[in-house]
Amino acid sequence: MRRVAVVGAGMTRFMRRALETPQELAFEATHQALESSGVAMKDVDVVCIGSAPDAFDGVHMKGEYLAHGSGGWRKPVMRAYVGGGTGVFAPIQGWYHVASGRADVALVVCEEKMSSARPHPQGAFITIFDNLTERQLKPNLVWIFALEMRRYMETYHIPKEQIAQVAVKNKRNALDHPCAQVAADISVEDVLASEILAWPVQRLDISPTSDGAVAILLASEERAKKLTDRPVWIEGVGWNLDTAYWTDRDLAYPQYVENAARMAYQMAGIKEPRREINIVEAYDPFDYKELHHLEGLLMCGKGEAPRLTADGVTRRDGDLPVCPSGGLLGVGNAIAAAGLMKIAEIFWQLRGEAGARQVPGQPRRGLAQAWGDLMQVGTVVVMGT
Amino acid sequence: VSVNLKAYAGTSLREEDFTTGRVLTETGAARAEYSWDRGVAVGRYLAELREGRLVGCRCQQCQRILFPPRAFCEECFHPTTEWVLLSDFGTIQTFAICHISWDATRVSTPSIPAVIAIDGASPGMGLLHLIGGVAPEKVAVGQRVRAVWRAPEQRKGDITDIEYFTLVEG
Repeated sequence: MRRVAVVGAGMTRFMRRALETPQELAFEATHQALESSGVAMKDVDVVCIGSAPDAFDGVHMKGEYLAHGSGGWRKPVMRAYVGGGTGVFAPIQGWYHVASGRADVALVVCEEKMSSARPHPQGAFITIFDNLTERQLKPNLVWIFALEMRRYMETYHIPKEQIAQVAVKNKRNALDHPCAQVAADISVEDVLASEILAWPVQRLDISPTSDGAVAILLASEERAKKLTDRPVWIEGVGWNLDTAYWTDRDLAYPQYVENAARMAYQMAGIKEPRREINIVEAYDPFDYKELHHLEGLLMCGKGEAPRLTADGVTRRDGDLPVCPSGGLLGVGNAIAAAGLMKIAEIFWQLRGEAGARQVPGQPRRGLAQAWGDLMQVGTVVVMGT
Repeated sequence: VSVNLKAYAGTSLREEDFTTGRVLTETGAARAEYSWDRGVAVGRYLAELREGRLVGCRCQQCQRILFPPRAFCEECFHPTTEWVLLSDFGTIQTFAICHISWDATRVSTPSIPAVIAIDGASPGMGLLHLIGGVAPEKVAVGQRVRAVWRAPEQRKGDITDIEYFTLVEG
C-alpha cells in the first residue's frame, strides 16, 4: 500500500443562498485547490465526488452533473454518498485510488446546495424514515436528533448548559474563518433563550442549511514530494455502518464511530488517541454531536466530553483543540462540503497556514470525522506531518 | 482556509435580490409518488396492527425476539420464521417535544415523539411513536406506557392504528 498525501485544498464561502450553480461552486473550489498547489488538471488521474442524493436539490444524476465542474469529464469518476458522513468518506475513496497505485493524483470534490428545495430542505429528508412503518406518524428530521440528544443527556446526566458551550465555542472560532456563514460571539444564555424546535433542540444548537463546495488534492508519495515540501500524510482511514433499525439501538453512544475510529487508529498505529492526536475536527451539525463524537473517537470516557469542554480543553488554545475551524455550527453545514471542509482545515492547520485560526504548538497530527445516514455511519481520517 | 489564499468565491444572495428582480430563479416540481410494497415481514406486522396486536419474530439461531418484525435476523443472517405476540406495554427510552412540522413551520400543539421499547421483545427493541393524552411536562425517560388503539372500524393496517402511547398510571 502506497503512502498518500494531501497536497492542496480549496473552498468557496459557505452561504445561506448562493448565486452560483452547483457546477460553478464545484469549479471555484476545484480551481483554487489546483492553483494553490500547482497541479494541472491534466495531471489529475481520477475524480471522486461527494454530494447528496438527486432528490435533495432536484438535479438529476448530480454526480455526472458535478463532474463537469470538477474537471471529471473523460476521466475515471466516481460518486460516493453516506449521508452526512460523505465529506469524510469521499476522500477515503480518493485515498484508495492512490494507495492502490491505480492513480498518482486524485481530486476529491464535495458540493452541496441546500437552498434549492422548497419550502425547506427538510422536506427532501422525509424518506429517511421508514416508508412502511414510520412515515405515517408525520415525522420530521429534527425528531431523531432531539431523541438522540435526550437519550445522551439522560444516560450521563448532562445539563443542557454544558451542551450549549459547544455552540458558543464553535461559532466564536468561526469568527476567524473568512468563509463562515454563521460566526458569532454568543453566550450560553443566548443558546438557551433561542427558539425551541424540538426540545431539547433549540435554534442555536443547530447548524444552518448552506450552499458551498470544497476540493482537495491527494498525491502519491513520489508525486507529493515533487509538488510540495510540506505534504500532509493520510495516516489512517476508517468507516463503519450500523443497522438501520435505529429504534433498537441505544442512542446514548455512537458505537459505529468508535468502530470507524479503531479502524483508522489501527492503520495509523495509534494506541492512545487522546495523547497522539493534536487536533480533532469532530462532526458538529448539532452541539451535542461534537460531544457524542469525541466519546466515540475515544478522546475521553463515555459521558465525559462535556467536562472536557467546560474545562477549556477543547478550545483552540486548549490541550485538545476541537473544531478550530468553527465547524458546521460556525462555518456552515453544506453537508458533504462541510465534512471535506474539516479535512481541509486539518491540512491547513498541520501546515501552519491557518492564520488567526492557527492552533498553537505546531500540531503534528489531526483527525477529521463525519457522521450521517440514519444516525448510523461514522467516517474518520487521521492526517499527520 | 490558508493564509496563502487571498479571496474566496461565492456570491451570497439576500431576499431583496429576488424581490427586486436582480437575480432570477427557475421553479419546478417533480411529481414523485410511489406505491411501496409492504413485503413479507412488515406486511404481517401491519396486518396484525389492524387486529389490535403488536407482534415480533424470533430468530431460531440467537433466540432474540426482533421488533419491529423482519424477515431475517441481521446478527445471525438467518431467516426468522416464528411469530411472537408482544404486549401493549412498553418503556420510554427517549422522547422529544416538537414544535415544528416537516416543513419547519411552527405548530400550535407540540407533538411528543418517542422511542418506546416494547415488552416481550428482546431488551431495548422498540419503535418510533407518539406519546399522547398527557401534558408534555409529565413525560420522562423510563416511564411505563401502553398503546391506545383506534376503534377496530377505524383501523387501516398501518402504524397509526395505535393512536398514541399513553402513560401507565401509578
